[in-house]
Amino acid sequence: MSVYEYIVRTKDLSKIYTLGGVEVRALDNVALDIRRGEYVSIMGPSGSGKSTLFNMIGGLDKPTKGTVFIDEVDMAQLTASELAFLRCRKIGYIFQTFNLIPVMTALENVTLPMVFAGLTTDEALDKGMELLKTVGLGERYDHKPTELSGGQQQRVATARALANDPAIILADEPTGNLDLKTGKEIITLLKRMNDEKKVTVISATHDLKMIDVSDRVVWIRDGKIERIQERKDIQISVGVMEGEDQ
Amino acid sequence: MSENQTVGSAPRGPEGPSRGPERVPEGIKGRAGIKKQIVLPWSRALQMTRENIFVRLGRSAITASGIFLGIAFLAAVLFGAACQRVASDMDLQKLGVQHEAREFQARVIWLAGMSLLVATVGIVNSMLMSVTERYKEIGTMKCLGALDAFIVRLFLLEAGVLGFLGSALGAVVGTGIMMLVYAGRIGWAGVSKAWSTHAIEFSSGAGLPMWLAFIFTLLIGGILSILAALYPAWRAAKMPPAAALRSEF
Repeated sequence: MSVYEYIVRTKDLSKIYTLGGVEVRALDNVALDIRRGEYVSIMGPSGSGKSTLFNMIGGLDKPTKGTVFIDEVDMAQLTASELAFLRCRKIGYIFQTFNLIPVMTALENVTLPMVFAGLTTDEALDKGMELLKTVGLGERYDHKPTELSGGQQQRVATARALANDPAIILADEPTGNLDLKTGKEIITLLKRMNDEKKVTVISATHDLKMIDVSDRVVWIRDGKIERIQERKDIQISVGVMEGEDQ
Repeated sequence: MSENQTVGSAPRGPEGPSRGPERVPEGIKGRAGIKKQIVLPWSRALQMTRENIFVRLGRSAITASGIFLGIAFLAAVLFGAACQRVASDMDLQKLGVQHEAREFQARVIWLAGMSLLVATVGIVNSMLMSVTERYKEIGTMKCLGALDAFIVRLFLLEAGVLGFLGSALGAVVGTGIMMLVYAGRIGWAGVSKAWSTHAIEFSSGAGLPMWLAFIFTLLIGGILSILAALYPAWRAAKMPPAAALRSEF
């Protein structure tokens, strides 16, 4: 068993807010282990804490108690520049609202993390074009986000998340702002990246379509993990909608 | 099978290692060897600043106009004061009329000070708005690995460019208008004399010659813009990305 089998581990992870004198436990002693190469979906209703858990794992916010280990390194011990290095090289983020830089073209958006990683312009442009082609947007490289549809923006965001060959992709409601068909495309894309590039995908979502491609599903409610299920143990039948699906 | 080999050894266990050497990520090896730093080359920063200014041309124009107007007013006050002194001297020689000096001096200092203050408040407001509007972008950039210093650098560059442009233009226009206004009263000879006259004079007789005051007005807008952007940009850079991304702009 390889030592770094668990790429993400949380221990007693808690996030407590005090709102108007009342204590709100967004996360309550969450212990989660995620294996390298897994596709994990964190599912729960709104306010269950899945976005908070996402923020903790991604180092976007600090927990009140507990620890997050990325490849057995305690995130809280990292300096600001080490954290930046982690975000630049190890983790790729995908957001519900795409979060592309509006003044930059698709290619510039995708290559921005590469700039931070120190790639030369040529290397970055080549790699950026490759990634855009991989997500199916090779011809739209010079379009700004305002000239792209939601699904296309999310695909650019996915390409950007892969810019520096990260070990982990963190996706917060990646299909939240997309219609059924486009959402499915993104999910298929994420699964492809998980298969082909062996990236660990951790997705916080309430989109049930994600269940099918996940290796494990973590059900979260009121800040606590309700249960964790392997995909093979989940039986769902989702109705098929008529129309232009196939 | 593990794809990532550890460079060197690191003690590990449930508590995690006390920072082993950085493991090499696949794929990113520059020609010079292993690159571990996060960088933002100045050329790229300048390019991004240029893009930011031009794509948000309306907003940039408003920010620069605010600086332009404030500095133009300041320059006009200063040059006008210098010309006024020349005019007073002329009146003294020609007509033997002595104008009240002390009140005039105090008025000039007050006007110049106030106009600088008004300009500063305007600049601070513009910079605050500029940074706040882009919290989401800042949060995103931090997720891509940007260091806090990069964020600050980008905003200071933008503030500096707009500030110095607005300031230079304001200084030239403000002074120019006053030159035209006073040319009628004291003639072009008088106007050129104004350049070496004190714009601001203190009771001790020491003062600020106009040409020096002009250089001051050329630069002060840019300097104030950079200073005004410093705190908002620094604060925005230090925000945890989760908070920055929550912004609704």
